[in-house]
Amino acid sequence: MKSLDILGAGIIKENPVLRLVLGTCPTLAVTTSAENGLGMGLATLAVLVASNVLISMVRKVIPDKVRIPAYVVIIAGLVTIVQLLIQAYLPALDKALGIFIPLIVVNCIILGRAEMFAAKNTVGASALDGIGMGIGFTLALFAIGSIREFLGAGTWMGINLTADLWPAAAVMILPPGGFLAYGAIIGLLNKVTNQRITATGCATCSMEEACAPAKEASK
Amino acid sequence: MTEYFLIIMSAILVDNFVLSKFLGICPFLGVSKKLETAAGMGGAVIFVMTLASLATAALYQFILAPLGMEYLQTLGFILVIAALVQFVEIVLKKMVPPLYQALGIYLPLITTNCAVLGAALLAVTNEYDVLKSTVYGFAAGVGFTLALVLFSGVREKIEMADVPDSLKGIPAALLAAALVSVSFFGFQGLFA
Repeated sequence: MKSLDILGAGIIKENPVLRLVLGTCPTLAVTTSAENGLGMGLATLAVLVASNVLISMVRKVIPDKVRIPAYVVIIAGLVTIVQLLIQAYLPALDKALGIFIPLIVVNCIILGRAEMFAAKNTVGASALDGIGMGIGFTLALFAIGSIREFLGAGTWMGINLTADLWPAAAVMILPPGGFLAYGAIIGLLNKVTNQRITATGCATCSMEEACAPAKEASK
Repeated sequence: MTEYFLIIMSAILVDNFVLSKFLGICPFLGVSKKLETAAGMGGAVIFVMTLASLATAALYQFILAPLGMEYLQTLGFILVIAALVQFVEIVLKKMVPPLYQALGIYLPLITTNCAVLGAALLAVTNEYDVLKSTVYGFAAGVGFTLALVLFSGVREKIEMADVPDSLKGIPAALLAAALVSVSFFGFQGLFA
């Protein structure tokens, strides 16, 4: 695969949020404003690139049987570093994102990329994959955050855009608005690109093996 | 007593884990297609969340806090939860086969369910002691199950409905979840 293909896949074709439907919890929870979406996206990007690089480096050393716990420890360590940095330098963002910063540990995008890509590819390719997926995640969160903030508060990045000419639909920045905006955006993308998402993106998730029996039972 | 009642009611209804805190959305969308599986998953989550909240609260109160190593909570919690899930799986398989039959396939999924880690972290943020954390974990699991079971009923109806092509599957489920979330929103401020 060419480097540009690896980088581009995560941004558009395999966008983790809008095409693979991974990492839904932070997507719904922190996109109440464009700024929060951007902050969460960048924090995840940082963890994703670092975890991809580290895991790719140690992929030949870790025995196959304990690879998942080993990956989780690496990811949790990186998340702790990012959390401490945000606490120290961006306390407002830390307050806005709350427990969703430590919850980056269980974001399936990160473990998913470790298992699907970093465990099989060179350090350079894994770094590119992390950057591509991270940018895709950040852009999606930023876009959803922008839409919800504009509809729900009439602002964008804190700038008032509607000049208070009409009242904002506050429901869009409340929990129901998260589901509404996310569902509508995926539906719209399906319509525009003429493709349809059929699964919950399970094929790209590291838990697919464990998940399959449960999915089978629910058919 | 009132305090415990408030913790339970607010975790189940007012601040429902799935519908207002957005924790555990993956299983909420993934295994809510049928009522039976939703109930099975819910049972497994209640079970693990109660135990995990107890274990992580004990870890925090008796080991991390006295040693001043609170910064290790994320790492410590996820390891405890992962080990606990494995342990529960082994014990159930050996000791209570019928329960394992019912919940077994859902257990591996729970390790990466952010609701479990979320409950543990929120208990620390809310400064609960070990007993309160355990009660909180249990109530959060019940809230998760309630949302999952209610939503599976909604989804069984959607299966029958004539949904536009581009909305089939995930988008329709998300839009339906928005409506269920609105109904839970009615509880907001109930115990404030």
